[in-house]
Amino acid sequence: MSDRGKTEHSGPPLILLRGVSKSFANGIDAIARLDLEVRHGEFLSLLGPSGCGKSTALRIIAGLTEPSTGEIEWHGAAPASAGETRIGFVFQEPTLMPWANIFDNVMLPLRLKRIPRTRAADRVNVALDRVGLQKFGGAYPRELSGGMRMRVSIARALITEPTLLLMDEPFAALDEITRFKLNNDLLELWQSLHTTVMFVTHSVFESVYLSSRIVVMTPRPGRVMTELAIDAPYPRDRNFRTSAEYAALCRRTSEALEQAMQAGTAQ
Amino acid sequence: MSADGPIFAAGIDGGQPPQAAVARRRVGNRSRSLHERRDRVLRFALPIAVLVAGLAIWEAVVRTERIPPYVLPAPGLILRTLVNDWTLLWQSLVVTLLTTVEGFLLAAIGGVGLAIVFNQSPLVEYSLYPYAVILQVTPIVAIAPLLLIYLPQQAAVLACAWIVAFFPVLANTTLGLNSIDRNLADLFTLYGATRGQRLWNLKLPSALPYILGGLRIAGGLSLIGAVVAEIAAGSAGAGSGLAYRIAESGYRLNIPRMFAALLLLSITGIVIFYLLSLVNYFALRRWHESALQAGV
Repeated sequence: MSDRGKTEHSGPPLILLRGVSKSFANGIDAIARLDLEVRHGEFLSLLGPSGCGKSTALRIIAGLTEPSTGEIEWHGAAPASAGETRIGFVFQEPTLMPWANIFDNVMLPLRLKRIPRTRAADRVNVALDRVGLQKFGGAYPRELSGGMRMRVSIARALITEPTLLLMDEPFAALDEITRFKLNNDLLELWQSLHTTVMFVTHSVFESVYLSSRIVVMTPRPGRVMTELAIDAPYPRDRNFRTSAEYAALCRRTSEALEQAMQAGTAQ
Repeated sequence: MSADGPIFAAGIDGGQPPQAAVARRRVGNRSRSLHERRDRVLRFALPIAVLVAGLAIWEAVVRTERIPPYVLPAPGLILRTLVNDWTLLWQSLVVTLLTTVEGFLLAAIGGVGLAIVFNQSPLVEYSLYPYAVILQVTPIVAIAPLLLIYLPQQAAVLACAWIVAFFPVLANTTLGLNSIDRNLADLFTLYGATRGQRLWNLKLPSALPYILGGLRIAGGLSLIGAVVAEIAAGSAGAGSGLAYRIAESGYRLNIPRMFAALLLLSITGIVIFYLLSLVNYFALRRWHESALQAGV
């Protein structure tokens, strides 16, 4: 696997969020005047405490929530409508259809685009192969472990070959061993598929391990506090997790997060 | 049983089936499964024992006290009546059964159909839902005589079966169509699903357990509706269903035949319930919690 250098992660801009705010009907400002640039091919993490509007930002980019003010600008191709599948979305829960087997769950995006089953089947098999579940196409979600279900969810998100993969704390509910394994697999997928990932998390350690760039957000209302470039080269593995460099980066990121939380309470 | 235990979550993640874990679990649970089996046997054996004991006491009391059959027939006599009058009772059973099945099917189609219409158009729901409730809360015994005035008898009986049976299907399906996973709904939005796709691929499958629950109630209720209407019609002097036989036998003081017809009605109700439970089980056994534990 090629070593993706720093230059590759700061590719041309993919999305620009300009002054995006979102207030809910109950008067809570989820995010306020959020400016954010997502670049082609990067692994960007949004890091912040619960309730800092990270998920709202993802939902706005996905077109699932309308911003109250501000605009989202897509570069390159035409702006994505909600129906267009340049976006893959992985929720905090696997969000699988319990009545359908794994194969049909992964095929859902293609089915909704009316691609016939015979043509979709190959792509589904490739997607299942990617996440190591090729043998489980006939199983039902409840027959799988939490980690396997999350893999299915990732396979489903990747089947449309999205330009941008949005992940909303996808591994938060998993045990540590499973989470580490999925972290590694996700990095491998990201590198081999050359997709852009936007990853929401409240874990400093997870964000440092995965990201090429971390955006630290303040709570209530969510706004960008700091940006941190994580320059450590990919592929990253167990050695990186135990390195002094990783520890130093985690400390720096922790400090940034603490500042962000103080800035949030000061307001 | 769920394979969701955190113990072997990591093991499965390597793509290996959790055979070792399953084997260990089996050994550890041997005593428990024995206990479960005894429990299951008792569940069948005890009600049967109660039935046998009850019938024996009944038979004994009728014989020793020399109670005449027009007051209380003994179980043996009821059984003999059932055999002797079989041709007549069977014909009546077929009539009642046909009405029940027709009423049930109409209720299923009407209830699910109306719930879908309500779900797609709130305006229709606001307009019609109160009347569905009124139809439900007005006692069917009170409606039946009116229906018999305005409709041909067979149609009136069918209408009664339908009225009682359709509301639980409507209410349950409505609940089911609204009980969808919000994230899954978002996913459908993300991939640009049409209204039809959303209904067919998301809402109806989500609602299936609720619909089947409603149907299970509706099966029994349509039998009740048919019986009520037949009795109402029977007192007007026409009809040939099982309930009419009960009413008619009552006038003639043929009490053993009343019991025999009642026995047939009960058995019919039980069969309907278990058939629908079976459908429920086979439709849901792969994915829904309700079918995983309860079985049939």
